[in-house]
Amino acid sequence: MFFIAFFGGLSGCSRGTAQRGLVVAGSTSVQPFADHWAEFYMKDYPERVVNIQGGGSSAGIQAAREGAADIGMSSRELKPEENDLLEVIVAWDGLAIIVHPDNGLEGLSQEEVRGIFSGDIRNWSTLQEPDHAITVVTREEGSGTRATFQEMVMKKSRISPRAIVQDSNGTVREIVANDPHSIGYISLGLVNNKVKALRFDGMEPTYENIDQKKYRLIRPFLFVTKGPPSGAALDFINFVISRRIQELVRLDGLVPIFRED
Amino acid sequence: MIAFSAVSILLIITIFIFGEGMPVMVKYGLRKFLFGLDWFPLERSYGLLPMIIGSLMVTGGALVIGVPFGLACAVVLTEFSSKRLRRFLKPIIELLAGIPSVVYGFIGVVILIPFIRDHLGGPGFSVLASSVILGIMILPTIISISIDSLEAVPRTYREGSIALGATRWQTTRMVMFPAAKSGIIASIILGMGRAIGETMAVIMVAGNAATIPRSLLDPVRTLTSNIALELGYAAGEHRQALFATGVILFVIIMILNTIANMTSRKRRP
Repeated sequence: MFFIAFFGGLSGCSRGTAQRGLVVAGSTSVQPFADHWAEFYMKDYPERVVNIQGGGSSAGIQAAREGAADIGMSSRELKPEENDLLEVIVAWDGLAIIVHPDNGLEGLSQEEVRGIFSGDIRNWSTLQEPDHAITVVTREEGSGTRATFQEMVMKKSRISPRAIVQDSNGTVREIVANDPHSIGYISLGLVNNKVKALRFDGMEPTYENIDQKKYRLIRPFLFVTKGPPSGAALDFINFVISRRIQELVRLDGLVPIFRED
Repeated sequence: MIAFSAVSILLIITIFIFGEGMPVMVKYGLRKFLFGLDWFPLERSYGLLPMIIGSLMVTGGALVIGVPFGLACAVVLTEFSSKRLRRFLKPIIELLAGIPSVVYGFIGVVILIPFIRDHLGGPGFSVLASSVILGIMILPTIISISIDSLEAVPRTYREGSIALGATRWQTTRMVMFPAAKSGIIASIILGMGRAIGETMAVIMVAGNAATIPRSLLDPVRTLTSNIALELGYAAGEHRQALFATGVILFVIIMILNTIANMTSRKRRP
């Protein structure tokens, strides 16, 4: 995946920026939404080309720094050693704790979620559910979604190494949708009717609750650039944070950057 | 010229992997990498033992499933069936090798995982699931090379044995197998190489938990899936640790290949 961004950059250099178009690479959480934005952008300006590539938050940040991508996408905050780059928040995303729809559970407290993911709570019977071992599904180390979950829910505790590890939101959702005894966490924008999003500390993950800062599991989607963006990159960023696209962001299941008036 | 370029590419890859992976191994000590139990790359603990054991368990499991079935199939096709049937079936079996591994993984996720979860317990993503999928994946290699080596045994061996009054099964077991031994061992080694190097199908069905499995129904992570899972997001030392994983995998495969070369050289008449 990293090499795609790498080769994209390489071949771009030989052909010149004008022809390769704008390269936007990084977080696989942001990618599906960015694809959507790029589609609208290219419909409005048919002569411009935007290339959206995956690879992961860290790869995207690295690509932006090295010039392999014009814009890097990140679904986690920049680390202190990455502050040589500029960031723009393009949307907010909620994090949802999900279980199988047949699970009787409606909500969990932060302590309970932490207990489950750290491996202290291993059986659903602890939570007054039918007796069965819990299948915990998590993301791989380095994932932006996992970093957010670690920081906001787990704090200092470790996610149990016995948890099943999957490398995308989609596969986590797929496992939870098929295994009635599993629990996982994914981007709120990707929750569908095959899984059930739980209340967290009594708060339902809805846009109203996020807007009123009652539901706390949220993270920024960032566009990062090396130095102030200019030309095509600036144009695309302005397009994405424009009111029209931010309305679209809401329809896609994300939270727009402006507050509701 | 062409031969040289192939060798130099191999050399460049080797230098690259070792160049990227060695610094972090030297910094933390080889012992920590080989025998450390904790893989928390973001907390700078890089224990690879769970993955090394995972790779060996899954590969061993694949051989336990793939070898008996593969050899049985090869024996039936060479000794107990007509030439026409063999001519028809062998290309089909070899076609199995051409199916992309992601398809095997997908079949595993859709059919095998729910079956294991519902009938045997556990999450389904397990050592067992990966062994079964890998066992099926190495079948074509084992079958087709074993058939070739059984066919290469001179006719006079078989005829002599039959003439001495041995049954067909006795002939197969006591004459054909020993005569074709080096080829059969080579087929198993090649199958093993495929199993230990397989990544995509294993990521999909193994569950990838970075801990030593306590039973066949527990999730497991192999060396290859460790690299592929995390490389996309890794930066800095984490990335180097993944290259170090590559170094260890490289060394394991080199050891296996050397053993394979030695056994096949020894067996050659």
